[in-house]
Amino acid sequence: MLGLLLGALGLVVFSALSLLLGSRSVAVPDVIAGLTTWPATDIAQAAVQTRIPRTVLGLIVGASLALAGAVLQGATRNPLADPALLGVSNGAALAVVVGIAVAGAGTAASHVPWALGGAAAASVVVYGIASLGREGATPLKLALAGAATSATLYSLLSGVLLSRTDVLDEFRFWQVGGIGGTGFGEMLPVLPVLLLGAVLAFASARGLDALALGDDVARGLGSRTWIARAVAGLAAVLLCGTATAIAGPIGFLGLTMPHLARMFTGPDHRWLLPYSAVLGAGLLLAADVLGRLVARPGDIEVGIMTAVLGAPVFIAIVRRRRVREL
Amino acid sequence: MLAAVLLAAVLVTLCVGERVYAPDQVIRALLGERVPGASFTVPRLRLPRALTGALVGLAFGAAGTIFQTLLRNALASPDIIGISAGASAAAVVAIAILGLSGPIVSAIAVASGILVALVLVLLAGRGIAGSRFVLIGIGVGALLNAVVSYALTRAGVDQASQALRWLTGSLNEAFWPGVPPLAIAVAVLLPAALLLAPRFGALQLGDDAAEALGVPAARSRLWLIVVAVGLVAVGTAATGPIAFVAFLSGPIAGRLVPGRIPLLPAALIGAVLVLVADLIGQHLLGTRFPVGVVTGAVGAPYLLWLLSRTNRTGGSL
Repeated sequence: MLGLLLGALGLVVFSALSLLLGSRSVAVPDVIAGLTTWPATDIAQAAVQTRIPRTVLGLIVGASLALAGAVLQGATRNPLADPALLGVSNGAALAVVVGIAVAGAGTAASHVPWALGGAAAASVVVYGIASLGREGATPLKLALAGAATSATLYSLLSGVLLSRTDVLDEFRFWQVGGIGGTGFGEMLPVLPVLLLGAVLAFASARGLDALALGDDVARGLGSRTWIARAVAGLAAVLLCGTATAIAGPIGFLGLTMPHLARMFTGPDHRWLLPYSAVLGAGLLLAADVLGRLVARPGDIEVGIMTAVLGAPVFIAIVRRRRVREL
Repeated sequence: MLAAVLLAAVLVTLCVGERVYAPDQVIRALLGERVPGASFTVPRLRLPRALTGALVGLAFGAAGTIFQTLLRNALASPDIIGISAGASAAAVVAIAILGLSGPIVSAIAVASGILVALVLVLLAGRGIAGSRFVLIGIGVGALLNAVVSYALTRAGVDQASQALRWLTGSLNEAFWPGVPPLAIAVAVLLPAALLLAPRFGALQLGDDAAEALGVPAARSRLWLIVVAVGLVAVGTAATGPIAFVAFLSGPIAGRLVPGRIPLLPAALIGAVLVLVADLIGQHLLGTRFPVGVVTGAVGAPYLLWLLSRTNRTGGSL
């Protein structure tokens, strides 16, 4: 409980930093003026006001992705489960591109149904393929199936993109995963979906705890394993697909945050899930702020930052010998 | 047999284009006779394209098979374990951010492919032949793809389009100046791979058994990786990573030539795949697609089938 409070405190600090720091230097009094003066009277205040939705979106997306990762890792009992590595993001990406190309889906909100469909289809395919066979979905099989499916989806994607330069121009900015340039108007319609995903995720916590003992023991304890898996899977697809639709594919956050959280909480999902969400929100904001600072006067999209920071963590997890099972 | 199929594929590539020439016209044009139209098109445009396609296919086919055999995993092709991604990332950064073009991009791509392989070997430590190498490769690949995405947003839309075409793998930039370096590299590396191939048998028995048979396991494996990475990097530098050629060639060759390690057949099949896919992409579809889109679309169903089959039989996955 104390840890969660500390985490919440950290979120406040990072949110403040996210409002204070950016490509344009704005002094603290001006930031406060920007927060209190509506509408903005000068450029500095306007800059601060564009940082508000960006910060909120960062919190939402970070928490959603980390939660999706934690639930996915619990449901598959696989320490390497991550939406981006498992091809879920590319599934969403392909569907969004088809949406842009065929139906002219231009706004973030209209990306959502496409991304959800693509994410769901890709995750079912990847998990289905990987879990065939006697050993079930081992980390290696899951990662390979995901990487291979990603590669396939990517070449289909480039087939669409190469014939439509206009779609490429829109897509390449969506693809890097960024939380800038979105307004509250685009966020509001997707909030209920994310909320539903989060509720389902927390509801699945007990089931995931039972699953962690192994399917046979879980069944012996009276837990219906397939219901737990289905609820968790639905939560992960809702959270990850929607977050991907509004912010683009952001990799490695869903992978690394649950591992970080597990260091504080141990394996109990009732604590693990909220910790993951808080840590994910905080780290996404931190990565975004860092991306704004290292490439001044431009900024580096947060999806790039999380990949650069997260890949070493992934490799470290793999290098530790005991990655077999959760 | 396969060599004959390859020759036929080359010939068809030379004959078919905007205008179709009869084989005898093509051969006369190649021999230097003046044939209206064909004298320019065939030797200047189509021959380098066919040669580049064939050479790159040879390189990808052989390299893919080496990786798949060495890592004992049909999915461990350079496409998937990040080596192609290393070459691509460097090339895209060179095109889109540094504004480079031509041979220097290729050189950077080769160097970076080799560098990534080196990093993989170092990170994987002693367990080269195993799941760790593959998983680390996937992680590094994901990191490099983020670099590619970043570079794409920093470029103008024309450069981004050019870079994407390059990422997919395309023979559209295949003209004469690029052929000699590629030919020399393949002429050196492919025989080297064939010379090393007999050691596979011993390596597959495990390191201890290999040592007992007088095959230095660690060193053989290192050399095989060096050769395979060289082939991938050179091929990628010439045309971009043509999706799934490295991945498909080995298993197809294994089906056709059972028993042995099918290195040479796999190389030939790689070449045939590239040429046929290019013909399809250029002429059979409405829009002209680069070859990588076609091989990707062909590779996808096969990949899914392979995954489900090896998983069901509890194979080496």
